[in-house]
Amino acid sequence: MEDNKKTEVKIEEVLEEQNQQLKQDKYNQYVKEVTPTHNWLLNQARAFWTGGLICVLGQFFINLFQSFGMDKDTAGLYNIICLVFLSVLLTGLQIYQRVAKYAGAGTIVPITGFANSVAAPAIEFKKEGQVFGIGCKIFTIAGPVILYGIVSSWILGVIYYLVTAL
Amino acid sequence: MDYVRAFIIGGIICALVQILMDNTKLMPGRIMVILVCLGTILGAVGIYEPFAKWAGAGATVPLLGFGNTLFKGVKEAVDKHGFIGVFEGGFKASAVGISAALIFGYIASFLFSPKMKK
Repeated sequence: MEDNKKTEVKIEEVLEEQNQQLKQDKYNQYVKEVTPTHNWLLNQARAFWTGGLICVLGQFFINLFQSFGMDKDTAGLYNIICLVFLSVLLTGLQIYQRVAKYAGAGTIVPITGFANSVAAPAIEFKKEGQVFGIGCKIFTIAGPVILYGIVSSWILGVIYYLVTAL
Repeated sequence: MDYVRAFIIGGIICALVQILMDNTKLMPGRIMVILVCLGTILGAVGIYEPFAKWAGAGATVPLLGFGNTLFKGVKEAVDKHGFIGVFEGGFKASAVGISAALIFGYIASFLFSPKMKK
């Protein structure tokens, strides 16, 4: 962590400074001070345990559905449905966003982050209408994810086809 | 034991992505695209499937697993139906996740209101 408490610059000081050069220096220092400094280790620890916990929840669902007699693939699919459902519910209740501020990548990397990125804009833009509000904005992040996922798997699939056909 | 593995592997993947985010300031949307594309590549190379068998939910819950599922779908469709499979398998394999997110998200837009700006 940087120690910049000694020479704190207030925005008023920056505005009142007449000398242009000094003003720029002070402004740069001010920006440096108000930019939140990330503690990398802490961020990683937070991402680690929150992300890990979501995966444990997923494992719980998989084991649960397998105990009902489903095969592994079907249990995995129902697990995804459950996680997506929970994520959308917590998004609607404004809880997921609050957790995400703390957890960072821990809430973005799991499939729940994808579900959150679908539900959040759908709720946010519903006032703009069914088509141009919800309909368009629901794909704000899901659209690119689906597009590039499909395209990259298509390219790799063509390669796979050529390799196996030859 | 599978819970411990899921926790540690899932946690490590999230922590690694956190390092990437802190160093590059990439937005969450870009991170998700990168993860899914990387997942398809890792799946195509043949690494991810054995890894997922071992790590369980720790590997299938992160979006890397979603990418792997996409490629797996394409591969299975190609094995079954030949060339048409490359146009078929991706959507088929990802259908459940995408449909669930869209359907629940759409329903949620009726039930919930956006937060008021303070």
